[in-house]
Amino acid sequence: MPVKSMAEYAANGETPEVLFWVGCAGSFDQRAQKVTRAFAQILDKVGVKFAILGKEEMCTGDPARRAGNEFLFQMMAYNNINVMNAYGIKKVVTICPHCFNIFKNEYPALGGKYEVMHHTTFLQGLINEGKIKLKDGGAFKGQKITYHDSCYLGRGNGIYEAPREVLQAFDSELIEMKRCKSNGMCCGAGGAQMFKEEEAGTSRVNFERSEQALETGATVIASNCPFCMTMLTDGVKNKEKEDSVKVMDIAEMVAMSMA
Amino acid sequence: MHIAQQILFIVCAVTAIYFFSKKVAELRRNILLGRDEDLTDNSNQRWKNMVLLALGQKKMFKKPLPAILHLAVYAGFIIINVEILEIVLDGILGTHRLFAPMLGGLYSFLIGFFEVLAALVLIGCVIFLLRRNVMKLKRLNMKELNGWPKNDANLILITEVVLMSMLLVMNGADLALQAQGAEHYHSTAPFLVSSHLTGMFSGMSQGALIGLERTCWWLHIIGVFLFLNYLPYSKHLHVLLAFPNAYYGKLVPQGEAKNMPEIQNEVLYMMEPDKAPPAPAEPAEPRNFGAKDVTDLSWKNLLDAYSCTECGRCTDSCPANMTGKKLSPRKIMMDTRDRLEEVGKNINEHKTFQPDGKSLINDYITVEELRACTTCQACVEACPVSIDPVSIIMQLRRSLVMDDSNAPQEWNMMFGNIENNMAPWKFSPDDRDAWVNG
Repeated sequence: MPVKSMAEYAANGETPEVLFWVGCAGSFDQRAQKVTRAFAQILDKVGVKFAILGKEEMCTGDPARRAGNEFLFQMMAYNNINVMNAYGIKKVVTICPHCFNIFKNEYPALGGKYEVMHHTTFLQGLINEGKIKLKDGGAFKGQKITYHDSCYLGRGNGIYEAPREVLQAFDSELIEMKRCKSNGMCCGAGGAQMFKEEEAGTSRVNFERSEQALETGATVIASNCPFCMTMLTDGVKNKEKEDSVKVMDIAEMVAMSMA
Repeated sequence: MHIAQQILFIVCAVTAIYFFSKKVAELRRNILLGRDEDLTDNSNQRWKNMVLLALGQKKMFKKPLPAILHLAVYAGFIIINVEILEIVLDGILGTHRLFAPMLGGLYSFLIGFFEVLAALVLIGCVIFLLRRNVMKLKRLNMKELNGWPKNDANLILITEVVLMSMLLVMNGADLALQAQGAEHYHSTAPFLVSSHLTGMFSGMSQGALIGLERTCWWLHIIGVFLFLNYLPYSKHLHVLLAFPNAYYGKLVPQGEAKNMPEIQNEVLYMMEPDKAPPAPAEPAEPRNFGAKDVTDLSWKNLLDAYSCTECGRCTDSCPANMTGKKLSPRKIMMDTRDRLEEVGKNINEHKTFQPDGKSLINDYITVEELRACTTCQACVEACPVSIDPVSIIMQLRRSLVMDDSNAPQEWNMMFGNIENNMAPWKFSPDDRDAWVNG
């Protein structure tokens, strides 16, 4: 699959429609890389002219900021904004709700002002415009799917419906967990928890949340965040359900179902 | 005799209002110990939030049963206070039921309406007492509530039950006195609730009835004065502060963290030294990064702490708390208020704050609690009166990491990786686009 970087576009004097911000998880985490490839395939198939920053992309600084290291966050933000502004980037799409939140809400005050979309909203737009056509009787037809609201897409930014609309396009049965939408429960990774061991307790946050997802009887747990994906996958394994229940990103599900 | 009672009443009222105002001024001073934060923008949206959240109790209705009971108690509390106006005027002027002759039939209707509310308040408070003490609801019986907080809650509910009972007995005795044609007791139509209580008073002499009616009248109004002065010391302060707190609540998306312009500039001047302003002749007073103590927090954080009524909806929805970690967002708010009160007392005693070797971090909130937060905002979403515990947690974390270099080893590794490899894991930046070939 040909994926061009901003540098390549610039060298040819071209401007892409949108920057695909891959994020650290999407770049390096083996499971999340599959989501990255799925989303890039969709963009390619639909004919969206997109670019990545490639080796010029850097961590947004989100985990540093949430852990309390504002200096490091400001350093990363400074560098990223310089690179992005130098390329004159206007529109960004990302597969990570943490990157999405920080671009949309926190970079503008530092001089990084872009139109930012989370990939689920972007996919919903492509489906609504008829650019993405789904197979009749696709992989998820008639299957029970439950959707996990990531904190930074849901409560953090009030996006609850776009991902659900994408899932409903599969002709499957969407079953809500007891705690969903604004009342949804965290997977346990946010606030830089992903990068350290949990404090002592009676259980783990991801075990608790995965149990809630399994209680729905769904065979697919749909996620929109690479960190939720890791946490929920571990939680499903903990219950030894990994053979019957899959944790998948919405982009992967769309890629599998495209006509 | 009348004159003596009038004077006594005026003395009570003036004393009550004096002490209340004094305490309110002290609360205001304490809140303003926090750092400045300009929250005067977007006043239309702010008024709307205040009407919806504080007056309309919108978020309470996420839990319908307590919401309805709370609405009854709250409506009663506010509307019955209209009757206090008459009681106060009667007390000052030495009249009895001043408005009765003026309003005629409407008066009996109004008092009847207040009585229905009073009865609802009474029932509501009794059910609340049962939920706390008999059914032992989890969120109302967590360990941070042991001791004073539980007593505070029960005291509020019992006081309301007593006050409402007095009101109803007073009106019932009044009706019995009217039936006996006692002097001063204007004839009114029977009141909706207390007219069913008159049976209790059959066989009582006129003197005894007057004694009962007057005792209830005095105890009711003195109870109200005392309760007013109890508010600032109690979690019940939320009846007042819910309004400003909803008004000043966060308007930007919940996911947005507060920027630190001082650090933004420091990074800018480091990267582009030509942009740095000339160093001032007198170096600015050093200040903490983030917050170590309550005075490092913003005034809104401190208003939050005084607005908290310890209902525990935040803690109930906290993923860390649910899985047995020590973090409880409610405790964060209670600790902030307790420390602020301590600082306030210190200032009362010494005029200015004398260092007491304590801080909000460690002495009140432990590092372990702060570390457990996933910043998921469930507590912020759950709070009916727009309290933001995550804002406090984030500022305390900033202090830990930037002032004390206090971070778990794994976070230090993550910081190091971001600095050196531009990713929180130890991968080569050259492999960032390797997924393309996967």
